Amino acid sequence: MRRVAIVPALNEEETVGRVVREIRAADPGLEILVVDDGSTDRTQAEAERAGAMVACLPYNVGIGGAVQTGYQYARDHGFQVAVQIDGDGQHDPGELARLLEPIAADRADMVIGSRFLGAGLYRTPFARRFGIRLLAWVVSLIVRQRMTDPTSGFRAVNRRGIVLFAADYPHDYPEAEANVLASRHKLRIVEVPVAMRTRSAGRSSITVLRSLYYMIKVMLALFISVFRRYPAPAEER
Amino acid sequence: MTPIRVSIFAAIAALLLLVVILELVRSRRLQERYALLWMMTSIVLLVFALWRDGLNVLAETVGIAYPPSALFLLAALFILVVLLHYSTVISELAERNLTLAQRIALLEQKVKESDVSQRSDSS
Repeated sequence: MRRVAIVPALNEEETVGRVVREIRAADPGLEILVVDDGSTDRTQAEAERAGAMVACLPYNVGIGGAVQTGYQYARDHGFQVAVQIDGDGQHDPGELARLLEPIAADRADMVIGSRFLGAGLYRTPFARRFGIRLLAWVVSLIVRQRMTDPTSGFRAVNRRGIVLFAADYPHDYPEAEANVLASRHKLRIVEVPVAMRTRSAGRSSITVLRSLYYMIKVMLALFISVFRRYPAPAEER
Repeated sequence: MTPIRVSIFAAIAALLLLVVILELVRSRRLQERYALLWMMTSIVLLVFALWRDGLNVLAETVGIAYPPSALFLLAALFILVVLLHYSTVISELAERNLTLAQRIALLEQKVKESDVSQRSDSS
């Protein structure tokens, strides 16, 4: 069974190499594709030096488009499982086994690593925590299932999820919307507790002013999603 | 004072605009990021169409004798902002288009080169 790790990276030359090596150490059966989202530093070179395949986007397309590039690669090359791990090092590849288990056991089509289910201590600033809580509440309401960490980008999907996300993936700040998308396509979603690290290098791409735009945009998208119809992508039954 | 008919007509027009925007987003002909400015426009217009005292105060503050004109001014200003925003979006798209064309040209050249070298290898 072919499995791939999708590692989106934007100017992560200091961490991406270590992330790739840690993934290989934690799970040697995973092929690793780094999607370089138009970095201006040595991200591509560092990822290649660590032994990953690298897909280089010609310019910055945003995390949604970058991750979808990875899913399209997984779809076109017949992968059965895909895992998303950020290139900034905040996701611990040591948690991969926990993330992949529900998919291997066919208990889930999509598994989300949640910071807020009790594994490890994760400090978030109050405002962000409040924003995540609010999003979690809205997403839970729409998908009719408890979601504690809708913005987590540490996630795994099986072939159904790969085909879906390759064909349709939200833009800009995609994670919360992707959960709703998966749920509307009747994918089984499971959250597992994972410990995350605080960022070791670089800054989070979300600044104060952007978080407001983020909340409004995501809320609009979530609201609209309730009224949308979702045709199944080609390969889905 | 604003004639009541002006208020009603303006409110209906703003509401219609809002509905059209939401439907365009729902049917995926308009991305959320480009819908937000339009939504702000329609909501502000709707508010001042219904909140007649607010419109009077606004008109008085900027020195407009006939309050419905303030509604016009507001609409015109928002359209200006939307247009300016689109100009920046078009500039970005043009830049990206150029980058794509250049990337494709160089990729094609690379593919041709490796074709040629493969053929000479096999002969």
